[in-house]
Amino acid sequence: MSEGGPGEQEQPGDDAQWPGDRGFLEELMGGFRGTAGGATARFAAAQAGIIRDLVDQVVQLIAAEEPEEAAGGPAAWPAGGPDDPADLEALTGLSDNPSPPDDPVVARLLPDAYRDDPEASGEFRRYTERSLRSEKAAAARTVLETLPPRGGRIRLSEPQAQAWLRALNDVRLALGTRLGVTDDFEDQVAEMGPDDPRSAAVGIYQWLAFLQETLVQALSG
Amino acid sequence: MSVAPVEVERPETGQEAIPDSPWVTIVWNDPINLMSYVTYVFQRVFGYAKPKAEKLMLDVHHKGKAVVSSGAREAMERDAETLHGYGLWATISHDA
Repeated sequence: MSEGGPGEQEQPGDDAQWPGDRGFLEELMGGFRGTAGGATARFAAAQAGIIRDLVDQVVQLIAAEEPEEAAGGPAAWPAGGPDDPADLEALTGLSDNPSPPDDPVVARLLPDAYRDDPEASGEFRRYTERSLRSEKAAAARTVLETLPPRGGRIRLSEPQAQAWLRALNDVRLALGTRLGVTDDFEDQVAEMGPDDPRSAAVGIYQWLAFLQETLVQALSG
Repeated sequence: MSVAPVEVERPETGQEAIPDSPWVTIVWNDPINLMSYVTYVFQRVFGYAKPKAEKLMLDVHHKGKAVVSSGAREAMERDAETLHGYGLWATISHDA
């Protein structure tokens, strides 16, 4: 696991004054803080753009193997008609494809449930993968719906903040898997030169860890 | 998504046999999930108090895995599905 951002730092109390108070730290570093009903944070346009782009990429990845939604509204059958196997999947919630995903990122987001039993894993996948994909896509959509492209202050309800927490984690899993993050990640980063093609992505990955850390703290408070 | 904890005796570490509950849910260490997040998920999903959730998280971190729940196979599959929803690497086993 990763220790993330400045996770275990002492948090000043509500009556703390500048420069230790949370408002000041938040302005300086960004990140979430808890509110009575959920969490709040402020994002610059560039930050909002990065988050929206990455969340959208995760949506594309996990939706890639899902059948198309019916274009003509909820009552219309998708292209193949009611006999199309894809429609049966939609009706029953069962997935017809019990194989683990080829893409390592998708495989990390939708892991096998049985370590050494492909048959049991396939059966589990048949019954759960579709709803898991929908759940992750719904969390991602909450981020896209609550984070304006131009950024600004966002105020999240508790359920919205929970969706953000999962969606941020999925983005970090996706980015971290693509970057080949291991337990020696800090050493890897230390060895990267300034011209390393991965450094921009690594910077974003670390920022997202900080952001998620502040959201965990905001929701734990 | 808050799942009330089932009041069964839950194991503290990954290596104990549970005679009456042959199925267990195991969470594996991974380099990406944040320690604070994993602790938070254990509290939220299983209703564990923070010290217990933290101990399980540290077991995962230091030993590579930990048994986080035990019971009937169907219940363990639900736990694994819930944990997958949170992005944790969870598997089910009957011989942990």
